[in-house]
Amino acid sequence: MISAGARTATGHARERRPPRRIDVRFRTIVSPHQLNSRWGRRVYWAVLVAMVAGSTLAFVFPLYWMVTGAMKSGPELARMPPTLLPAAPTPDAFAEAWSLFDIGLLLRNTAYYAFGGWLVSMAVDVTAAYALSKLRPVLGNVILGAMLATLMIPPMVVLIPLYVTIVDLGLLNNPWGLWLPAAANGFNIFLLKRFFDSIPRELIEAARIDGAGPLRVLWSVVLPVSRPILGVVSIFTIVTSFKDFVWPLLVMTESERMTVGVGLSQTAGAVPQNVIMGGLVIAGVPTIVVFFLFQRHIMAGLTAGGIKG
Amino acid sequence: MGVLRRNLTAYGFLCAALFCFALFAWYPMVREFVLSFQRTNLVDPPTWAGLDNFKAVVQDPAFGTAWLNTLQFTGLALLCGYAVPFVTALVLNELRHARAYLRFVVYLPVMLPPIVAVLLFRWFFDPGPGLFNQILDLLHLPALAWLDSSATALISLVIVSTWMNMGSATLIYLAALQNVPPELYEAAELDGAGILNRIRHVTIPQTRLILLLMLMLQVVATMQVFIEPYMLTGGGPENSTVTVAYLMYQFAFTYGDGYGQAGALGMMLMLALLVFAAFQLRLTREDKA
Repeated sequence: MISAGARTATGHARERRPPRRIDVRFRTIVSPHQLNSRWGRRVYWAVLVAMVAGSTLAFVFPLYWMVTGAMKSGPELARMPPTLLPAAPTPDAFAEAWSLFDIGLLLRNTAYYAFGGWLVSMAVDVTAAYALSKLRPVLGNVILGAMLATLMIPPMVVLIPLYVTIVDLGLLNNPWGLWLPAAANGFNIFLLKRFFDSIPRELIEAARIDGAGPLRVLWSVVLPVSRPILGVVSIFTIVTSFKDFVWPLLVMTESERMTVGVGLSQTAGAVPQNVIMGGLVIAGVPTIVVFFLFQRHIMAGLTAGGIKG
Repeated sequence: MGVLRRNLTAYGFLCAALFCFALFAWYPMVREFVLSFQRTNLVDPPTWAGLDNFKAVVQDPAFGTAWLNTLQFTGLALLCGYAVPFVTALVLNELRHARAYLRFVVYLPVMLPPIVAVLLFRWFFDPGPGLFNQILDLLHLPALAWLDSSATALISLVIVSTWMNMGSATLIYLAALQNVPPELYEAAELDGAGILNRIRHVTIPQTRLILLLMLMLQVVATMQVFIEPYMLTGGGPENSTVTVAYLMYQFAFTYGDGYGQAGALGMMLMLALLVFAAFQLRLTREDKA
């Protein structure tokens, strides 16, 4: 709205000035007027270039260095000063990393834990949120409160007793040792319940009159309309499980059951640097691909879902 | 009958979650408390230890250092991890171009598995051909020992930690900034407030709640630092990077069967965090009044 007004107001000036006017669709700290003054524009472009260059250097360049590092030979990697481009790029390090770390197996393990964990989490959290939101049992609010209270406990503090519990139950080196604790996720239940609360009562009543039981209502009424939140919760559950390090380090100790992260950390000391980089690239690809594909969902989930560090 | 049936179905739907929470969320909290007064090796039945675990923990030579390091780490991480994302978000919010690209790039490291970031930086910190020393060399600055010197090891860990975590904080601040009503800026401008005054009197009060909440989350998160010292320094050199969480891990898994001591240390960490949270809550409440 502001932009429409601003545009008509400065219509004349626009024709005379070089066509580099900065678009002001929303008002922020710097006023549109200041921004489009002579100095305002100069400063703006300087800051823009600095930000783009700076963040590329800070966040993309390390990844570039990782990928090109994996393509360099051992001696080239140790050269000082380093080469900006690999002199003779080879994919050998990737192949070597693949066989040395046994990354195929590690990735398969990690994917199995992530997707299995996702299934378990969704089954547990969706049913719980549905019960708390739509069936409203006695003491429902107390239960929800107790579930949310677990979010206040820093994970590191209960790490050891949780580990002891897992050992007591004989769940060491068992995927359920990862899945069940991950399913006890108060934040997922909170997000899902809040969304279910917003589903109109009439929709559910109508299905019930047609003779649908609670499970049927959940499956064919609630779940289809909850796709956005299910998507966000799914992506976060899978990515979190893929990134998790400390818990799989403690629970999955047998080398043929390790996750990518743990497997790399255990072998990294005894392997040449370019092979480590090859391994890191392979381990980093899945989550980055997920980010490319689901960027919008991830960003929306980060902010719309409230706060999650 | 209807009520009873509804409750029964509801609890039927809830039972899986109740089982998971009871066993893996609520019980471990109780277990933590009990464990800290026990001696156990997870095989033989545990015996009561009274306050022995707490005594052993306090007498450990690394105990004081671990707390100092954790505090120092938290302080440094707040300087970097709290101020840098907020300033970045402020600037990003002013920009009209490349917004999607910048947001994408800032969040990129958050998506990487932490082990990838940490091992990558271990190589950057290499005193010889590592990237950081090579850049310093390029700028004709003296080389640093990074992880190998007790003077720079802790700050090196803070650098890694900030790099891989600042993306989410930045995007959360950015969302908060976009919710600041533009009229307030206009009003402030009419009152003659310059840019810095607009930030001070409009932006910060308007995003205060999020700022305080993130402060708490950040402190709680950094107080638990583990993976950085575990992978990069092993607590060294000279215990300069032993954090409380890392010491806890060592009690449990390196010192051999010190689960009770780890539990005792965990209790202390929880207490410290509780004190901080209470303090923080009071700050927030005073704010509202």
